[in-house]
Amino acid sequence: MNPFDGSSRATGKSRGMKLIFEKHRDGRRGFSYGLSDVSGTKPLAGKYCRATEARLPCLSELDVVRHYTNLSRLNFSVDTNFYPLGSCTMKYNPKFTERIAAFEGFLQLHPLLPQLSGGGMLAQGSLEVLYESEKLLAEITGMSAFTLQPLAGAHGELTGVMLIAAYHKDQGLRRKYIIVPDSSHGTNPSSAAIAGYKVKVIPTGADGYMDLEQYKKQLNNEVAAVMLTCPNTLGIFNPKIKEITDLAHNVGALMYYDGANLNAIMGKCRPGDIGFDVVHLNLHKTFATPHGGGGPGAGPVGVSKKLVEFLPISRIIRRADATFALDYNHPKSIGYIAPFYGNFGVILKAYAYILALGKEGLIKVAEIAVLNANYCQARLKEYYDLPFDKTCMHECVFSASRQAKNGVHALDIAKYLIDQGYHPPTIYFPLIVKEALMIEPTETESKESLDDFIDTMIKIAELAKNNPSVVTQAPLNMPIKRLDEVRAARQPDLRWKP
Amino acid sequence: MNYIPHTPEDIKQMLSTIGVKSIDELFKDIPVTLRPKSFNLPASKSEFQVTQTLRKLAAKNATGLVNFVGAGFYDHFIPAAVDALTSRSEFYTAYTPYQPECSLGWLQAIYEYQSIICELTGLDVSNASLYDGGTALFEAMMMAVRHTGRNKIILDSGVNLIYRTMLYTYTSNLSIEFVEIPVVHGQSCREELFKFLDDKTAAVIFQNPNFFGAVDDHSDMVERVHKFGALAIASVYPVSLGMLKTPGEMGFDIATGEGQSLGIPLSFGGPYLGFMAARSQLVRQMPGRIVGATVDSDGKRGFVLTLQTREQHIRREKATSNICSNEALCALRAAVFMSLLGREGFKELAEHNYQKAEFAKEILSRINGVQVKRSSPTFNEFTVFLPRHADEVVHRMIDKGFACGFPLGRFYKGMDNYLLIAVTEKRTKEEIRRLADSLEAVL
Repeated sequence: MNPFDGSSRATGKSRGMKLIFEKHRDGRRGFSYGLSDVSGTKPLAGKYCRATEARLPCLSELDVVRHYTNLSRLNFSVDTNFYPLGSCTMKYNPKFTERIAAFEGFLQLHPLLPQLSGGGMLAQGSLEVLYESEKLLAEITGMSAFTLQPLAGAHGELTGVMLIAAYHKDQGLRRKYIIVPDSSHGTNPSSAAIAGYKVKVIPTGADGYMDLEQYKKQLNNEVAAVMLTCPNTLGIFNPKIKEITDLAHNVGALMYYDGANLNAIMGKCRPGDIGFDVVHLNLHKTFATPHGGGGPGAGPVGVSKKLVEFLPISRIIRRADATFALDYNHPKSIGYIAPFYGNFGVILKAYAYILALGKEGLIKVAEIAVLNANYCQARLKEYYDLPFDKTCMHECVFSASRQAKNGVHALDIAKYLIDQGYHPPTIYFPLIVKEALMIEPTETESKESLDDFIDTMIKIAELAKNNPSVVTQAPLNMPIKRLDEVRAARQPDLRWKP
Repeated sequence: MNYIPHTPEDIKQMLSTIGVKSIDELFKDIPVTLRPKSFNLPASKSEFQVTQTLRKLAAKNATGLVNFVGAGFYDHFIPAAVDALTSRSEFYTAYTPYQPECSLGWLQAIYEYQSIICELTGLDVSNASLYDGGTALFEAMMMAVRHTGRNKIILDSGVNLIYRTMLYTYTSNLSIEFVEIPVVHGQSCREELFKFLDDKTAAVIFQNPNFFGAVDDHSDMVERVHKFGALAIASVYPVSLGMLKTPGEMGFDIATGEGQSLGIPLSFGGPYLGFMAARSQLVRQMPGRIVGATVDSDGKRGFVLTLQTREQHIRREKATSNICSNEALCALRAAVFMSLLGREGFKELAEHNYQKAEFAKEILSRINGVQVKRSSPTFNEFTVFLPRHADEVVHRMIDKGFACGFPLGRFYKGMDNYLLIAVTEKRTKEEIRRLADSLEAVL
């Protein structure tokens, strides 16, 4: 069945799939709580009650099931399509971790239970998962300790920057600036600003590395920290990373490692060994927990020894009798950054994944992720401009500048790829590459998948040369054509109204 | 098990295409001196082994306790269809819908979620979700600071202490001035509020029902807040909105809350769902993703991420928030949950919660030495005074198979004998009676 059923009944013109509100029928029920076993209670006084009903859609359970099932079929996903979205590490999410996260013992546990007198012993399984996860992540990254509380990568960044601020404050210093390279993720400068810092941006040199001379000029004792992604968003590992770290430490600044790209280096180098003081990880990227259409993720933060005392509370400890408990006795802690212990369900899946892969598996992840990206780069560089032509790590960044001269822009290439059944790479990011196409294949894609994708990309390059309008008209095979984004922004229609 | 499909032959061919002899060569940019000092991890395990290990750990957690603990996080029933639909991998293995043509299902689902949040709160616009109720409240507060250009925040102490503590953490390096106003007889203290309210105030933050379970009509206070040009922010419990006056009806400018109660399991603290709704004039101050409807070149309706010039990937250090990943899958759970319930189901849910809590209040008040606080109306959670330390009572009740409530002394000085009890639709009359009997026995 075409999910775009009933497309024109409402207005006589084509309207796409109906909203769930447009399927409403008065009196229809999708769920009932049955009769309450309590009755005869005095109702709440009218002045406290809502006067207007929430106009929710009323449907049968089948209506709801069909609606969302058909909606799901309109999405590309890792399970249905190759999804080389750069910087997002869209690897396969093994199914067994979902089953584990659904175990009753994990799923039903109230987070306040271990905070009740006598309750801690009834949450030992979950506390152990958290404790062991912290230990594993610390070993993978070479950091002294971890907090699992941050609820996403950017939340981890904000937590990390607050830890840096707490450290400097404790030293009696108020430093004003945080340095980021212009190739950084947007979240880095944004997190720094939200934590109260001013941002200094260092340009990228012709070699794809942060400009070392500019960096040295900007670095002084007013700088609180330097936030780096390594490998950076161009997919390049800077061999001078240690020098950059040492220079920062020499002026008393701390080093922040954005772990979005950790997939490239697991078992090959550790941020802690390089000298980074704070690391955030994206469990939904490196450790294979599903991205869920935009989340939930998890953004644990690891720190070097000198920052441990500032970590958020509660901390999880293992007592002498091998039981686990929550510990609030950290007077220098920055406090609560999340209500509880992080996105437990996500952490649990990442923990199961790490156990399954083990040491050799995680090393192989990095190796094959890097192999796949270099293979794409090698096969495509004849057809697309490669602004920084060197061995890449987990992703390669091309420019569609050559194609753009014929009117085929990165966006057009993306739309044509959609027509061919591929989720496009990240486009127009990093901002420093014109017409950027950022391809991150991940290690779970086979050579055949890559070859098919690469062949399609080569075909697009040929079309851009000989028949550009075929590309610029795309998509033609999808349920809708290109959408009017300007109209969406100028005349915001952000909700259903009757 | 490592989920990597490459055969040795694949690897050989790929290395040859790249023009290197070994995989190691690809890592040549990492100096030898920076190779790991240690990588001491356990050996790989099979799916069966890991599953067994974690099954054992899950069994160490209690599942049999009858739960009367709420304190902002509630044990509600989740219809099976919520799990069935949200576990479709076309939803959960996709990512942020940057490319609308291949993410239409997600975009429409988020648009519908936004609409549902607007209907619940009685406000105009919503975003695509935030991390949790606490971070959502912080974002709302910062919206008010930016919108008014002021930096004084009046915080009702009936707001969940966890959230208040989070606000203090997040603002520790910003120049925000906080004033906390006390709760008197369970409700917000008008007199104190009016004393501190002035033209330097950016926002006043309330919670309804407040942490003690008390329900209030904040309309009079919101009106006063607006006279000073400040914004009024409400942190709300969405299930209660099946019955209670909405933030929109009371005149609030922004409503946020924890969406866990809308079809999301307790799961030891997450993942949860921060929701936010606001008046339309505040939309450009909102954090996070927002989905809007538009049309394609044939005039057919479609949906896109919109108003993106607020966001970090474009505005960087000038963005309204640093949020990137949100809690989309939890938002989907909420949308499916609310669609199943519909108008009648949603009212029914609220009524059952209210009725059962009223019944529990009645039964518990008959116990000698137990005082149920009745100075203000409540929804599904209420405060009782016990003749002994609540921690002790809680401990003894755990031994009897009940998580009987949250001891308020943990968060409030001088309230060691107070217990906060939540009664959801899942609790039966029989369980409530047994709670009362056991409580009587341990006192």
